[in-house]
Amino acid sequence: MSEHWLVLGASSSIARAFARQAAARGALLTLAGRDLEDLQSSAQDAQLRGAPSARVLACDAVDAASRADCIADAGIPGTTLNVFLAISEMPEQADMDTDPALVSRMIEATYAGPMALLQGLAPQFELQRGGRIVILGSVAGDRGRRKNYLYGSAKAGLATYAEGLRARLQPSGATVTLVKPGFVDTAMTWGLPGLFLVSTPEKCAAAAMNAAQKGREEIYHPGFWRLIMFVIRHIPATVMKRLKF
Amino acid sequence: MPLWAQKELAGWGRVLRATGAAARPERVADLERIFADASNGSLLAYGAGRSYGDAALNSGGRSVIMRRLDRFLEFDPASGRLVAESGATFGEVIAAFLPRGYLVPVAPGTGFATLGGGIANDVHGKNHHQAGSLGQHLEWFDLRLPSGELRRVDPAHETELFRATLGGVGLTGIIERLCLQLKPVPSNSVVVRKKRIRDLDAYLEAFAEERDRAEYVVGWIDALAAGRHLGRGVLEAATLSTQDVPASPAKALRLPANMPAFALHAVSVRAFNQLYYSRVPSGGLEYRQAIGKFLFPLDRLHDWNRIYGKRGFHQFQCVVPFEQGRAALGAMLELTSKSGHGSFLAVLKAMGPAGVGYLSFPMPGYTLALDFPNAPGATELIAQLERIASDHGGRIYLAKDSTLSPERLRTMYKALGRFREVLAAVDPHGRMQSDLARRLRLRENA
Repeated sequence: MSEHWLVLGASSSIARAFARQAAARGALLTLAGRDLEDLQSSAQDAQLRGAPSARVLACDAVDAASRADCIADAGIPGTTLNVFLAISEMPEQADMDTDPALVSRMIEATYAGPMALLQGLAPQFELQRGGRIVILGSVAGDRGRRKNYLYGSAKAGLATYAEGLRARLQPSGATVTLVKPGFVDTAMTWGLPGLFLVSTPEKCAAAAMNAAQKGREEIYHPGFWRLIMFVIRHIPATVMKRLKF
Repeated sequence: MPLWAQKELAGWGRVLRATGAAARPERVADLERIFADASNGSLLAYGAGRSYGDAALNSGGRSVIMRRLDRFLEFDPASGRLVAESGATFGEVIAAFLPRGYLVPVAPGTGFATLGGGIANDVHGKNHHQAGSLGQHLEWFDLRLPSGELRRVDPAHETELFRATLGGVGLTGIIERLCLQLKPVPSNSVVVRKKRIRDLDAYLEAFAEERDRAEYVVGWIDALAAGRHLGRGVLEAATLSTQDVPASPAKALRLPANMPAFALHAVSVRAFNQLYYSRVPSGGLEYRQAIGKFLFPLDRLHDWNRIYGKRGFHQFQCVVPFEQGRAALGAMLELTSKSGHGSFLAVLKAMGPAGVGYLSFPMPGYTLALDFPNAPGATELIAQLERIASDHGGRIYLAKDSTLSPERLRTMYKALGRFREVLAAVDPHGRMQSDLARRLRLRENA
């Protein structure tokens, strides 16, 4: 059966790079997201880079009806479904502090929406008895930091969900890979001060594809972030609460 | 996610820099937003940062980095026409389409330059004597005008705008998409012939000889050789091969840091040039080489501009008409070798037809390119070289320039008046700006 990748949130730079990885492998592609015109350009690009077919699917992660349509249309008969999910919204925490609606929106876009999408797609993986799921998480989900704990807690929720989904799909042979990027040069990190050893979306996507093919449970990218986060995850709570970062 | 961030951008020569707000749109909708917001002030597209001087810099204004809009949109294998976003690079086009038997019709000296930058500078390559410059191979491009309107510009229907944008160093708007006619090639390789050339006269003869014989011709000159050796060097002529070479992913090297200034001392450059010359046996060399490696010899060494250290370097490139070529080149090379300013990469080439753009650089004649470390006396030397070019009816390449004066520019580019008229019509409020445009007073009516 030929390989089909459904890319959720396909306009983001890492997802776009991932779609090119999949195209180069000769996989069929479905690019899902909101900016259909942009996705159409990416679909044409994927076809010129080796994808036998690439289609566009409307998907608004914060809209239940749109999610349902996307889940219903996700599969392509005669192909194995694989999913790359890169959906999140990270408003300034200070803005969320003053605007509760923004918190709800962030949770819906970063956690609840993606979870609902994956939950709706899970039966297809059980049915086809295999396939890969790659979820773009964040190092922000590893600890609750004073400066970014609202977004971080949503990503932590997604990580816990990924773990459970992995357990559920284990008997079917489908794998779930959680990718936790450190600093990658994307629109989200554009202009942020204090970044070091920044990786590119292309490298992150290649690492994600590689990890998915090996069925890895979790990777950090760049790899040395495993070490950084190992240290941070072991900071005692009594110390953590005094840290300002 | 903020669209704008404060950034310092530099020309490839790393002498000229600009600080200002920069955006790096990842979709066309971002570009639309940028143009719709009148508070954005002056704008300029920035590609891959491969222009040497200030052509892509906009100090205090806003830079729109186009590199992420890099998708291939359509390709017709029958006609060889490719539609792509302007942030895609020449190297990416080759990587994707050479395996299907298609090559970019014209490639600048680096595959890292963007297609949009290629149009804005009407770039030429080693095959200019036969193929002309990039403008001769464009079906159309989509230009986001300063008003925000998106206009399809093709040479037949939008002649004026086409000619003002081609080589127009970004001042007519931002190029979003383009349709390029690729050329079919029988294999992924070329047969390269290298031969020693003993002096300038022999060089000019060799160019005349190779003109019809070889598709690609370029000469490397030992700019420090003097006296009877003046103008000696190594000529490279290449024709398309019918035999494939194994596609080996070339291992990229990266220059990890700035080299100290003494590394490019006149003595070491002299030694390098001597070696480069002597390595070619007197009977010449012939070998097959992957097209990409031949077209972009320096691309394997990423960040090679760090060779010149922290102070950076200037590049001088001029073209002088054939009739006065011998006299002009002789005077320039003599001046350079006497000055002792080590020029590490001196390139000589015979050009073909003139470019279509009002500010297109190419014209029939000889083009000479010289690198100079940004040392005391370098700009004075370059000014003298500019004068020689100008006195012999030649001109300077704006993609390389960081030192020219507005007065000299005017004598070099005869169609500057027409360029200004189109610019005044399409951008009456001067929304598109660049450091080069301000330095050379490209917009003002003299």
